[in-house]
Amino acid sequence: PSLLPLLLAKVHPPSPPLPERPATGSTSARVLDPRARLRACIDSHPVVILSKSTCERCAEVKKLFKSMCVPYFLLELDQAEDARGLERALSELTSETDVPVVFVKRRKIGGHGPTLKAYQEGRLQKLLEMNGSEGLPESYDYDLIIVGGGSGGLAAAKEAAKYDKKILVLDFVTPTPHGTRWGLGGTCVNVGCIPKKLMHQAALLGQAVQDSRNYGWKIEETVKHDWDKMTEAVQNYIGSLNWGYRVALRERKVTYENAYGQFVGPHRIKATNNKGKEKIYTAEKFLIATGERPRYLGIPGDKEFCISSDDLFSLPYCPGKTLVVGASYVALECAGFLAGIGLDVTVMVRSILLRGFDQDMANKIGEHMEEHGVKFIKQFIPIKVEQIEAGTPGRLRVVAQSTSGGETIEGEYNTVLLAIGRDACTRKLGLETVGVKINDKTGKIPVTDEEQTNVPYIYAIGDILEGKLELTPVAIQAGRLLAQRLYAGSNIKCDYENVPTTVFTPLEYGACGLSEEKAVEKFGEENIEVYHSYFWPLEWTIPSRDNNKCYAKIICNIKDNERVVGFHVLGPNAGEVTQGFAAALKCGLTKMQLDSTIGIHPVCAEVFTTLSVTKRSGGS
Amino acid sequence: MKVAVVDYVEPSPRGTRWGLGGTCVNVGCIPKKLIHQAALLGGMIRDAPHYGWDVAQPVLHDWRKMAEAVQNYVKSLNWGHRVQLQDRKVKYFNIKASFVNEHTICGVTKGGKETLLSAEHIVIATGGRPRYPTHIEGALEYGITSDDIFWLKESPGKTLVVGASYVALECAGFLTGLGLDTTVMMRSIPLRGFDQQMSSLVTEYMASQGTRFLKHCTPSRVQKLPDGQLQVTWEDLTSGRENMGTFSTVLWAIGRIPETRSLNLENAGINTSPNSQKILVDAQEATSVPHIYAIGDVAEGRPELTPTAIMAGKLLARRLCGQSLDVMDYSNVPTTVFTPLEYGCVGLSEEEAMARHGEEHVEVYHAYYKPLEFTVAERDASQCYIKMVCLRKPPQLVLGLHFLGPNAGEVTQGFALGIKCGASYEQVMRTVGIHPTCAEEVAKLRISKRSGLDPTVTGWRG
Repeated sequence: PSLLPLLLAKVHPPSPPLPERPATGSTSARVLDPRARLRACIDSHPVVILSKSTCERCAEVKKLFKSMCVPYFLLELDQAEDARGLERALSELTSETDVPVVFVKRRKIGGHGPTLKAYQEGRLQKLLEMNGSEGLPESYDYDLIIVGGGSGGLAAAKEAAKYDKKILVLDFVTPTPHGTRWGLGGTCVNVGCIPKKLMHQAALLGQAVQDSRNYGWKIEETVKHDWDKMTEAVQNYIGSLNWGYRVALRERKVTYENAYGQFVGPHRIKATNNKGKEKIYTAEKFLIATGERPRYLGIPGDKEFCISSDDLFSLPYCPGKTLVVGASYVALECAGFLAGIGLDVTVMVRSILLRGFDQDMANKIGEHMEEHGVKFIKQFIPIKVEQIEAGTPGRLRVVAQSTSGGETIEGEYNTVLLAIGRDACTRKLGLETVGVKINDKTGKIPVTDEEQTNVPYIYAIGDILEGKLELTPVAIQAGRLLAQRLYAGSNIKCDYENVPTTVFTPLEYGACGLSEEKAVEKFGEENIEVYHSYFWPLEWTIPSRDNNKCYAKIICNIKDNERVVGFHVLGPNAGEVTQGFAAALKCGLTKMQLDSTIGIHPVCAEVFTTLSVTKRSGGS
Repeated sequence: MKVAVVDYVEPSPRGTRWGLGGTCVNVGCIPKKLIHQAALLGGMIRDAPHYGWDVAQPVLHDWRKMAEAVQNYVKSLNWGHRVQLQDRKVKYFNIKASFVNEHTICGVTKGGKETLLSAEHIVIATGGRPRYPTHIEGALEYGITSDDIFWLKESPGKTLVVGASYVALECAGFLTGLGLDTTVMMRSIPLRGFDQQMSSLVTEYMASQGTRFLKHCTPSRVQKLPDGQLQVTWEDLTSGRENMGTFSTVLWAIGRIPETRSLNLENAGINTSPNSQKILVDAQEATSVPHIYAIGDVAEGRPELTPTAIMAGKLLARRLCGQSLDVMDYSNVPTTVFTPLEYGCVGLSEEEAMARHGEEHVEVYHAYYKPLEFTVAERDASQCYIKMVCLRKPPQLVLGLHFLGPNAGEVTQGFALGIKCGASYEQVMRTVGIHPTCAEEVAKLRISKRSGLDPTVTGWRG
C-alpha cells in the first residue's frame, strides 16, 4: 500500500487543471511516520499545496494555480489521517505553523503572501518553467534507478555506468520464513546457480572418489561427507562475491542502497532500509529487476517447518533424510546433490518431471536418479506438515494425498524442501501507484521487445518478465543490451530465441532450441527428423558404470534443409558441451554441417558429429 | 563389396605389441585419455576435502592396478573391432603386408607364412610409429616410447620425457599427476604448430603442478647404471655445458615416422614425399597410382588425428561404392591436447592468422577466467585462458578459437561447428551463456588485445 494512491497518476497530464481532490482515503499512515508522509508528498509532485479545507487563503492560492493551468497536488491536512501528526510534521519540516504552504519542485515557496509575491515577480512562473515540461522536476536525483541487485540489475548498472550515468541500485532481501537472508547479487549468486553448482560439484567429487579406486588410487572404503564444512566453504565464496559486487559498484560510481524500493509517484521511489528509515529518490528512468522467490504450498505447517532453496544452501546443519516436494529443475537438482553427498532423499511429484523441458530427456533424468538411490513418490501432494521433534534437524511428519483420490500416506523426514515453483516479486513494489501493468494471476510483468513496461520510463528484466526465460545469462544479456540502447544509441535487442540451458542433475542435461514435443507441435511430426544415440563416456568405462545412460538427440526440420531446431544432451559436462552448439544453432546449423564436422577424440561432444540413427527408424 | 583388412603390429624395440585397432585405441587417444583421467581424479581427490569429503591425504597411486584396468579395456576394444569386422563379413588377416605389384600385396604371418592377396582398390592406412633418436648412444637400448608406456605393468618411476610434442606433454602431464617425478627435456619450443601463447600457458601450468622442464637441452647419451637406473647426459644449448641426471625411465616423444618403409611402395609405383616419407595424395585421397589410396597419419599433409582418418575413410568408402562424391574437408579441424590443463583449439593460431591476413586485419579477443569449481577448491587459475582470433572487418568472421581449461574438448566441439557454419564474432557474442560453465566465457570475450585492456578475471560477471 502506498501513501498516496489515486491522485498521482492524475496529476501528470499537462493540459487540463485538476479537480481538487483531498488526499485522504485509506492511506496507511500506520506504516509511515507523518514526517515521511509529508516528505514523500513534497518529493513526489511538482507542485504541492498543503491546505485546510475551510481556509480562505488556501482557496485563493488554489485559484491562482488553477488560473495558471498548473496541476497541483493538494493535501488537506484537516481531512487527512493523523491530521495532528501531519501538522506537527509540517512545523518540524518547514517551520511553518499555518497553511497554506506551497512547494514547487521540492522547494518551499511559502504561505499565502510569499506565493502571491512570487507570482507577481514572475519567480513562480519561472520556477514552474511553463514550457510544456509537464511539471516534472528540472533534474532528477538519478538517471536510472534499478530496483533489484541481482544478475540483471547489476549487469544493467555496470553497463549504464560506462556512459557516465548517475545510477542507484536498490536491493533488499526479505528474510525467508526460516529467517535466511543474504547479500548483494540476487538469486543466482546467493541461492541459485552458484551454490547449486558448487554442491553439485561436491556430489560429483563423491562419485570421483569412488571412481578413483578403479583408476588405482588407494582410497579407504568409506568416505564420509561433512555438510557444515561444505556449506561454510560455499558460503565463504558467496560472501566474497557479495563483497566483490559492492566494490565493483563503488568503483563504477554506482550508488547502492540496501533498501526496499517502492514506487510512490511518477519518477519517484521510496527506499526503506532494514531499520525502517525511508528516503525518496527521483529518476528519469527505472528498471525493475526484482526476480522471484520460492512459492509455499499453503498447507498447515509449510512456512513453520519446511524450507526452500532460499534456505538450503546456507542451512547450518545437515538436512538429513529429506523430502523434496516438486519436480522443477530446482527440485531435481537439490534432490540430486543431496543424494550425491549420501543423504536419504525422496522426491514427491504431483504430475510430470521438468515441465516445459523435453519429456524424453526429463524421464531419462528421473530414471537415472532413481537408479542412484533417489526415491520418487508420484502423483501425491503434501497436505500437512507437523513437527514431531524440534532440532537441527528435527523430525517432521508429512501427510500427503493422492492426486487421483482420497488416499493419504504419511512419512517421516528430517527436512522438507519445497521446490514447487517461484513467484515474481512484483506485488509490493507500488507498481499500481505508477500504473505498471502486471499479470494479475502470475504477477509477471509484460514488456515490449525492448523490455519496456506499459509505463514508458519504467523497464523490467529478468525472472519477473512474462513469457521470458528465467535464466541468469538472459537477465544479464537483457540488462546489458537495455543499458546500451538507453545510453549508447544501440538498437540491438535481447534475442530470447535458442537460449541454451543446463540442468545440473547428477546426469547433467544440456538443451538448446525446441523440445521434441514443441517441434512436433510447430512443424508436424512428419516434418521433423530426430537423430539420437546413447553414448558411454570413456571415463566411465574403467569404473564400468552407467552404460547406456548418456544420450544425445537432435531435432531437425526436414523442410528446411534439415536445419537443427533442437539440441539435447544428457551426460557429464553437458553445459560445456552445449554452449558451442548453441553458437552453431545461432548460425543456422544443419544436419549436413553437423555430419561434416570433425569430432574431437575422445570426448562426449563428438557423438554429435556421428549421429546416424533416426528415431523413426526404431534402430539403436 | 568384398573387403579384407590386413593388420600387423611390429613389436616396439622393447617388445610391446597389441591388437587390432591401431594407434588411437592401443597406444594413443584411448589409453592416454584414461590415464589423463586417472591423473585428473588425483586432483579431484585433493579437491574433495574442500567440498566436505573426509579423505585422508595424501592418497597414493597404484600404477599396476590402473594399468591393468586400462589394458583390459583396450583389449575389450580390440575384441570389439574383430567382432565388428566379422559381423560385416570383412576378412581380417593378422599379417604384415608389402606390395608385390599395383594390385597385389604379400602378407607374412608372425610365423613366416606368406599369403598373396589381390584387390581392385587398395587403401594404405598404416599410420606412424614413434621415432627413436638412434644417433644417441643408448637411446634404442634403454629408452621407451608412447608405444610402451601404456602397456607397462609397473610404474615407470622417475621419468625423463624427451620432446615437446603433444605426446611428450600429455605423457609428462599424467605422470606428474600420478605422483611421479617427471622431467621434460625440450630442444626448442613446446607444441610446434600450435598457437604459441597457448603452448607456453600449457607448460606454465604443468610447471606449477610440479613437472620439471629442461629447456634448450638435448640429450647426448643414455647409460645404464649397475642399479638399473638410467644415467642421461645432456647438453644445455644455452650455456653449452654438459649435465647429467639419473632416471628410472627415459621416454622419447620427439615425433613419429610414417609406416611406409616396409611396404615396398616402389613395387606399385606409389610416390612418397622425400622429406617426410609420407605418401603423396590428392583431394580424393588417391596416391600417384589412381586405384591405390592413402588416408590417416601416413598421408602427406593430413592432420594426424583419429576423427579425420575415420571420416576420410568413411567418405572414401562411400565414393568407392559409388554412394557419394563427397570429399573430405580438412579445414577447421578441431583438436584437443589433454595436458593437465586441457587445450582445445579449432581454426587458425594467432600467428597463422597474422601471417595469412596481416596484423592490421586481425582482431584477437581474449580473457582469463576462473572456473567456478576452482574457487572452493582453492585452485590456481592463472592459466585458464580463452582467445578468439577474428577478422577485424565486421562482421568479424571467427578464424580460430583457443580454449585452455577443464573439459576443453567438450567446450571446443560445438564451437568448431559454429566456425564451420561461418560464425562471426557478433554471432558468438549474441549467444546467451550457460551459467555457470567455463564455456560461457567464450560468449563473453569482450576485450581485444589491441585495446590493451586488462583481460584478467575481475569477479564481476556480465
